[in-house]
Amino acid sequence: MHPVLKIVIQRLLLGLLTLLVVSIVIFLAVNALPGDFAQAILGQSATPEAVAAIRRDLGLDQPAVTRYFSWLADMLTGDLGVSFAQANFASFVGTSAESGSGPVTVLQQITPRFQNTMFLAGVTAIIAVPVSLTLGILAALYRNSAFDRGVNIFALSSVSSPEFFLAYILILFLAVLNPVLPSLSNIFSDMGLGERLRATLLPALTLTLVVTAQMMRMTRAAIINLLASPYIEMARLKGISPTRVIVTHALPNALAPIITVIALNLAYLITGVVVVEVVFVYPGIGQLFVDSVKIRDIPVVQACCLIFASAYILLNLLADVLSILSNPRLRHPK
Amino acid sequence: MSNLVEIRDIWIEGRSDEDWLPIINGIDLTLAKGEVLGLIGESGAGKSTLGLAAMGYTRDGVRIKSGSVTFDGIDLIAASAATKRDLLGKRIAYVAQSAAASFNPAHKLIDQHIEAPVQHGISGRTEATQDGIELYRRLRLPNPEEIGFRYPHQVSGGQLQRAMTAMAMSCRPDLIIFDEPTTALDVTTQIEVLAAIRDIVEQFDTAAIYITHDLAVVAQMADRIKVLLRGDEVETADTRTMLSAPQQDYTKSLWAVRSFDRPAKPAPATDATPVISVQNITAAYGRMPVLFDVSFDIHEGRTVAVVGESGSGKSTAARVITGLLPQSQGVIEYRGDPLPADYRKRDRNQLRQAQMIYQMADTALNPRKTIGEIVGRPVEFYMGLKGRKKRERTRQLLNQIELEPDQFIDRLPSELSGGQKQRVGIARALAAEPEFIICDEVTSALDQLVAEGILRLLARLQDELHLSYMFITHDLATVKAIADEVVVMKDGRVVEHGPKKEMFTPPHHPYTDLLLSSVPEMDPDWLTELLAERGRENIGDAAVGKM
Repeated sequence: MHPVLKIVIQRLLLGLLTLLVVSIVIFLAVNALPGDFAQAILGQSATPEAVAAIRRDLGLDQPAVTRYFSWLADMLTGDLGVSFAQANFASFVGTSAESGSGPVTVLQQITPRFQNTMFLAGVTAIIAVPVSLTLGILAALYRNSAFDRGVNIFALSSVSSPEFFLAYILILFLAVLNPVLPSLSNIFSDMGLGERLRATLLPALTLTLVVTAQMMRMTRAAIINLLASPYIEMARLKGISPTRVIVTHALPNALAPIITVIALNLAYLITGVVVVEVVFVYPGIGQLFVDSVKIRDIPVVQACCLIFASAYILLNLLADVLSILSNPRLRHPK
Repeated sequence: MSNLVEIRDIWIEGRSDEDWLPIINGIDLTLAKGEVLGLIGESGAGKSTLGLAAMGYTRDGVRIKSGSVTFDGIDLIAASAATKRDLLGKRIAYVAQSAAASFNPAHKLIDQHIEAPVQHGISGRTEATQDGIELYRRLRLPNPEEIGFRYPHQVSGGQLQRAMTAMAMSCRPDLIIFDEPTTALDVTTQIEVLAAIRDIVEQFDTAAIYITHDLAVVAQMADRIKVLLRGDEVETADTRTMLSAPQQDYTKSLWAVRSFDRPAKPAPATDATPVISVQNITAAYGRMPVLFDVSFDIHEGRTVAVVGESGSGKSTAARVITGLLPQSQGVIEYRGDPLPADYRKRDRNQLRQAQMIYQMADTALNPRKTIGEIVGRPVEFYMGLKGRKKRERTRQLLNQIELEPDQFIDRLPSELSGGQKQRVGIARALAAEPEFIICDEVTSALDQLVAEGILRLLARLQDELHLSYMFITHDLATVKAIADEVVVMKDGRVVEHGPKKEMFTPPHHPYTDLLLSSVPEMDPDWLTELLAERGRENIGDAAVGKM
């Protein structure tokens, strides 16, 4: 078997194993949260009987091991369960509910939110990755010049500022003083692509400011790190232009660390954007997650956690594979 | 006839922290069209700096303070970066010491080869590729049609070095700077590369500056030789004059280095128990076998040289003896008792007996510890000495290796020269008071004069302390100088084994013969005669055989 294929399969299996371990950690962590759903939903009027009834109804009275395995089994069949908050508790709380409509499943709840998050992450990545790579290459080419220092200062100050602050600055300049973009991201399911982009652009720009610094600085550092190599000197002594030296001789050898940092930042875009979603009222998965934690809606919390973990594992797996492919020693063994 | 290169009164400085220290002090250099000039000197003499300056290039942290460099009437110091870029690669080319490091690992050889002609607008890709294949053929590379389409890591060192020479030739330059192109190669490979370089330089009538520290090599390559010492010119003369009648004392001392010769000691009694006995050792790295049924004995007070090319298993044998790489079969005996294969299972006294001195003293000494701490550590660990006693013993050891304790005991390795660092490595090995020391290429990173000092020191210590040495080297001149017995290894097997005298008198094993005859000699006609003797096809075959 080709060694690259072998490594890829190994990494895939390792990724699955990691996911399994993560699922245990998620389950334990969510169960360790103080308070439970029955208490939270019944509030002050909770009688011990009502709490017990809800708990029994949701299977919360089962031992943890049983609950874990039934959850895992459901997950594997693609059934993320039913949100506690959406389940029909009319008989317990005494309020009337529309009869006939079935409970909303977690999958139905998460899907549109997840699509929104992916859309935002995608738009951000399309802007941020090329911008950071270009800036990093230019900074390496004109290292220690005023341009290099300027780019570094800008990138560092934006990464050091809190996200909500960056968001409000952008709102101030692009929505209030020059009203070119909406300050609130109203996203509907039947929106046209153009409109959707317009609504997403401000949060995407904010996130771009947040993730650019790390990718740009890694690109610059990885390239500069190689400039003392004998093969770079050789390229210069062949009379190759500085730009070509950087782009064709240094960059291909600097790809592995750059790819890793890009993957980490993309994973952050999927999992860590709650603050930006809140500021722009963007209906992403981050908000749903925080809301569900507040009311101890365990199926939703667990599903979100698992999605976040999968995103991290998948993107890092992808980064590993691409790094391996960028190494000619592995691509073309002796 | 005007000169191709003229360097007048050039002064070059290098940055060291805040100061600029002189590297080259007012040297003149001229080179006619088609002439080959040899630049020779120890490390730190400024050979490479001067060679690069002839290209109008300085490395980071180096600057030309004054003087002029003219190439074919163009002032390279005043020239703009664009003017220089236009000359570099096209009319002036460079061949570096390590081809493995100087080829970009991310691109195929041929893509790197055609880069200069294509970028300089001399020829198109197809044309340049065809020409590259033709040059590979002329440099006698195996499979010239295909070798260019491999990546650097897929090609052996000697072949890479020739491919780099081909690359330098890609624009048919007027001048090539060869910067120690064969220093990193084995003797047998070196011959092929030397022959290839000499041929192609003659064919295209290219002028060259050939930088090396090896006199015998420069004698084969150069029309004229310039000797440098710490940035100053010692003397310049045409090759034959320089070899037969050197004028300056320094040059004479360089010539005299190879005169160190230690007579072999009488053979040990036949019933004597060897200090270390290696018996039928077979070992592997993972699943890759490296040693096959290797056996040899090392007797008290004697030096056994283990010679062979890189990859022959010399250093692996040392790793097995020290227990770093447990063997899969066979036994290592110390004075008749078997040693545990794994060093973790050896007791302190067993560990003490097998000490090592390494090739790169730079990386073998902890840069953050003082010399006193480095040598004191084994004194405490093995001998249990502490406090004043430890300090005294450390001073005694430094005296033994001829470093003044008051001056050196509190210094860091970075404040020492290469030879001094290697002496500290010896003191550290001696601190364990071993009977047996493994010297792994201990002189190959050193200049000849310094190396000779180290060899003399090791010889003296052997006489005083009755030490036994396993001396790993690929340099047969060193073997001649200090060995009592020789073990020749090839591909993980011992191919010949015997007293030094027998090894250096025919008949030899064919491989020993190849090794011996490949060592360059000071005679400028040596290479020509050797090639005539071996016949061209033979050399080509040897190259193919090494793939």
